[in-house]
Amino acid sequence: MAGVAGGLAQRLGVDPVVMRLAFVVLAFAGGAGVLLYILMWLLAPENDDAAPTRPSGTQHAAGVGFITAGALLVLRAVGLWFGDALVWPVAVAAFGSAVIYARGDVPHDAPWSRLMARFPSGLAETLGRASPLRLVAGAALIATSMAAFLAANDALAAARNVFLAVAAAATGLGLIAGPWAWRTGAQLAEERRERIRTSERAEIAAHLHDSVLQTLALIQRAGSPQEMVSLAHGQERELRAWLYGARSRSDQAMLGAAVESAATRIEQRHHVVVDVVVVGDRPLDQRLEALVSAATEAMTNAARHSGATTISVYVETTEEAVTAYVRDSGSGFVIDAVPRDRGGIAHSMNDRMARHGGTVAIASAPERGTDVELHLPVKER
Amino acid sequence: MTSATGHISVFLVDDHTLFLAGVRSELRDDFTILGTASDVGSATQDILRTGPDVVLVDVHMPGGGGAAVIAAVHKERPGINFLALSVSDAPEDVIAIIRAGARGYVTKSISPADLVDAIRRVNDGDAVFSPRLAGFVLDAFAGDSPRPVDPELDLLTPREKEVLRYIARGYSYKDVARELVLSVKTIESHVSAVLRKLQLSNRYELSRWASERRLV
Repeated sequence: MAGVAGGLAQRLGVDPVVMRLAFVVLAFAGGAGVLLYILMWLLAPENDDAAPTRPSGTQHAAGVGFITAGALLVLRAVGLWFGDALVWPVAVAAFGSAVIYARGDVPHDAPWSRLMARFPSGLAETLGRASPLRLVAGAALIATSMAAFLAANDALAAARNVFLAVAAAATGLGLIAGPWAWRTGAQLAEERRERIRTSERAEIAAHLHDSVLQTLALIQRAGSPQEMVSLAHGQERELRAWLYGARSRSDQAMLGAAVESAATRIEQRHHVVVDVVVVGDRPLDQRLEALVSAATEAMTNAARHSGATTISVYVETTEEAVTAYVRDSGSGFVIDAVPRDRGGIAHSMNDRMARHGGTVAIASAPERGTDVELHLPVKER
Repeated sequence: MTSATGHISVFLVDDHTLFLAGVRSELRDDFTILGTASDVGSATQDILRTGPDVVLVDVHMPGGGGAAVIAAVHKERPGINFLALSVSDAPEDVIAIIRAGARGYVTKSISPADLVDAIRRVNDGDAVFSPRLAGFVLDAFAGDSPRPVDPELDLLTPREKEVLRYIARGYSYKDVARELVLSVKTIESHVSAVLRKLQLSNRYELSRWASERRLV
């Protein structure tokens, strides 16, 4: 109340709950606890923050428990006592309460697990891990103490009657309302499933409408077979990604998806087929966006100048680096014949990659196609 | 078995009859088509009856898909070679049909010339990896297995990875051979070794990888 229990608990390194319960128990021993509490409140220093906070441990809590029990015995001998029938049940109930509420379930609580290690291993493991077990044990202690209290006060007979009456009433109620409740529950579950099905169907319909139906309309209006193929191919890729794609766990944009959508744009613009194979993936950041831009540039070059109808893109992500290859089997060119400072390749790709610590390697020969390798080391941050 | 294409007999299994008709007319000039089937039961029966050299089989079919056909046929005639042909499929389905015994996997968008080439290759007992399958394998075998049960089967050699990487980049076997200054035969044997690992490895990542990419 006045923070005595809490302060003391902090000093001793036990849970405040344990401390408070000890005071309550002692209060029943002829009011000794109340006296002690007031006394300590008067004497205790004002909350000094310098007091070391010791980790609350089971050993300390048990210590407080034993001191309380010892104090009880002393007080009993002295005669400060409300009577066995009252004090012991209260003490047992307090212990039960402590078992339930004290924060003994601090993870890696060494004393607790050491204590538990003394039990047979299976039991120790269950006790150490499962707080439901502590709940049951505490509840059993409290129930025992209540029973003991009632028995000691000749009230158990009445309690048994009450219990029987309550049990009979609960059974009756269950028989009356049970089937109805069960049916309602089943109905609710069915309705919920139906709702989920409906919304899924709506989502699929919306997706197909925005993608497949639009593409089919475009294909019917397509001017050339080449255009048709690229439309169909882009749609196939999109649908495949939607059906089987690795979903990123968050809404984060991923490298693989970015490359795929770049490829789709190229296909639509230049009426070529771009085959994309992605191995590994990672969230898109500024550097990877630069890589995607450079790869897009390479794809555009291949689509515009190589004359190839198919472009292969391969992106591999490892722990150390991301590497993208853009390949066409088109006309190719003699690299030295292209002036170093000319347009696309020099500026867009080389500069873009170099700025982020990456490299570009281009291999090409007439009639053998062109292969662009974009390499970007992954910086560990 | 002879490599003279005219003598290679082919059987087609696909539940899309339109596609079946298209492939049939594409291949008619190069191979002897022994028959077609569009469900697992009749496919198994007719393949065992006609005994083709190569079976083109669709990955997705009602009643167990291509994997069921391969399993049933291989129980009696392990010598029949299968090439899986499919539209865009889930990685785990592709891996599953390879593990069921298919010698390769190509997508249905493959050009007729490449398909003819792939069938010849499968007939010769070689493996056929599309760029996508090569990507799947690289992905599934990526990284070091934490505890390889059998390093022979659970890890790819650097050379095998190199070859697969070229295939994933869109190189034909011939192109890969030129790049690595090896013979096409050597490339073929590397790819066959990878196929064997894919079929026999118990590598834990293989199933985990496939399930992680699962839909839903």
